[in-house]
Amino acid sequence: MGITQILFWSLSVLALFSAIMVVVSRNPVHSVLWLIMVFFAISGHYILLNAQFLAIVNLIVYAGAIMVLFLFVIMLMNLNADTEPQKNKWLKIAGVISGGALLLVFVAALKNVDAKAHVAQVARGDIGLIHNLGIALFHDYVVPFEISSVLFLSAMVGAVVIGKKE
Amino acid sequence: MLGNLMAVDWGFVFEKLILIAVVVTVSLVVAMYETWAERKVAAVIQDRRGPNRAGPFGLFQPLADGLKLFMKEEIIPNSSNKLLFVMGPGLAMLTAMMTSAVIPWGSKIVLFGRTIPLQIADINIGILYIFGVVSMGVYGIMIGGWASNNKFSLLAAIRGASQIISYELAMGLSIIALLMLTGSLSLKTIIEQQQDHIYYVFFQPLGFLIFLICAFAECNRTPFDLSEAENELNFGYHQEYSSMKLGFYLFAEYINMFVSSAVMATLFFGGYDIPFVNDVSFGLHHGQNLLALLQTVSLLAKIACFVFFFMWVRWTIPRFRYDQLMDLGWKKLIPLSLVNMVVTGFLVLLRQNHWHF
Repeated sequence: MGITQILFWSLSVLALFSAIMVVVSRNPVHSVLWLIMVFFAISGHYILLNAQFLAIVNLIVYAGAIMVLFLFVIMLMNLNADTEPQKNKWLKIAGVISGGALLLVFVAALKNVDAKAHVAQVARGDIGLIHNLGIALFHDYVVPFEISSVLFLSAMVGAVVIGKKE
Repeated sequence: MLGNLMAVDWGFVFEKLILIAVVVTVSLVVAMYETWAERKVAAVIQDRRGPNRAGPFGLFQPLADGLKLFMKEEIIPNSSNKLLFVMGPGLAMLTAMMTSAVIPWGSKIVLFGRTIPLQIADINIGILYIFGVVSMGVYGIMIGGWASNNKFSLLAAIRGASQIISYELAMGLSIIALLMLTGSLSLKTIIEQQQDHIYYVFFQPLGFLIFLICAFAECNRTPFDLSEAENELNFGYHQEYSSMKLGFYLFAEYINMFVSSAVMATLFFGGYDIPFVNDVSFGLHHGQNLLALLQTVSLLAKIACFVFFFMWVRWTIPRFRYDQLMDLGWKKLIPLSLVNMVVTGFLVLLRQNHWHF
């Protein structure tokens, strides 16, 4: 077992454990913090796949920005475990059914996948390096990339305009 | 498994460990003396003497302050979330220290036949790494403020976090314009380009100005220290903290100041490059090790100038109001950096086309 494999297994255990803790934690703030741990573990996996750009962008965007907004909302709502209102019984049953249906879809979709044919390129692939990624984005996928970036820019400008309205 | 572990280059691991220890120690000592320098600068500006009791020029004052912080009673409020309460200052300190990993402190030294680059990690996403770590810095404030279970702490934490997020955006946009010129995200490459040509601050004056303002906001320094506005929020997000946990928060701010000065010096002022000296030929004539030493001194001098500027501004400009802060970030800096980005992109394209339309 090499260092890569040790890292892979510890990151996987960390990711799965944190993901379970997200669901199990009674305090929503703890859930968000565990979710951040999941993002860290996943970023570690990206680095193992030699996709440094993806790893760091995952951290900046999800762990650094979106999760902070989650924390904001949850902290301001002041959800404590003892004041949490009892959920409707039917709502719980509906949740279990829809979650189970999603699991069924996943299992059905992945049942016939030939996993051996899609071996991950651990520490060897180079498409994740920023230079290659940039070339792929700006040569092969330039039109969709530009369209989506204009979309983001317009969203940002829109936010400023809404803020400017008196 | 053991065979694989043996195959690791232990000399490499050892030299990196030493380098990390040195960088961490230096940042801590610098942060310590920044507290002293801050009080001296404040004293000069306000026509006072500043600390002058402990040692010559009060030089031992930081040691006395540190001792005092360590000896104070450790208080953890009953109603707080204990684990997160302790984690908050630790996170703030950790993220402050982690940024220094990608900054090149000098070119390289030759010791015992080994060539050792004076940079902990030369990753090809250096700038993005810094952004990633800076965006993690929010959690130290937020977790600490929330775990204290105090309304003022929570309000201050939320103020601080929203301020950091807002200014990160303008900071990133101002960096994009710089990256169009460099074509690389590695800090080492950016410095080497500046050694051959003139510093990037001359190409990107507006970008530098935006970055500087955002750096003030990211460090929670005056005029952006809204999260510590004592007349509105008692003491800020660290109100419930005592002893060294409070010390960690205060210390993290000074380390942040040191590291962001280092980043600004690296990106816009040539980093470890010695001004007006051809580094390569100097290294050939006087030896590589002396060159590396002088380069580190040069970088530290540039950092010292920035740190002084940070302090100068703190004791000169009053604090913004909260709406003025958001106004500046979203309605002034972001449009400005967008314009800067478009103009830079236009000029870069024009240069590639040999200045023909």
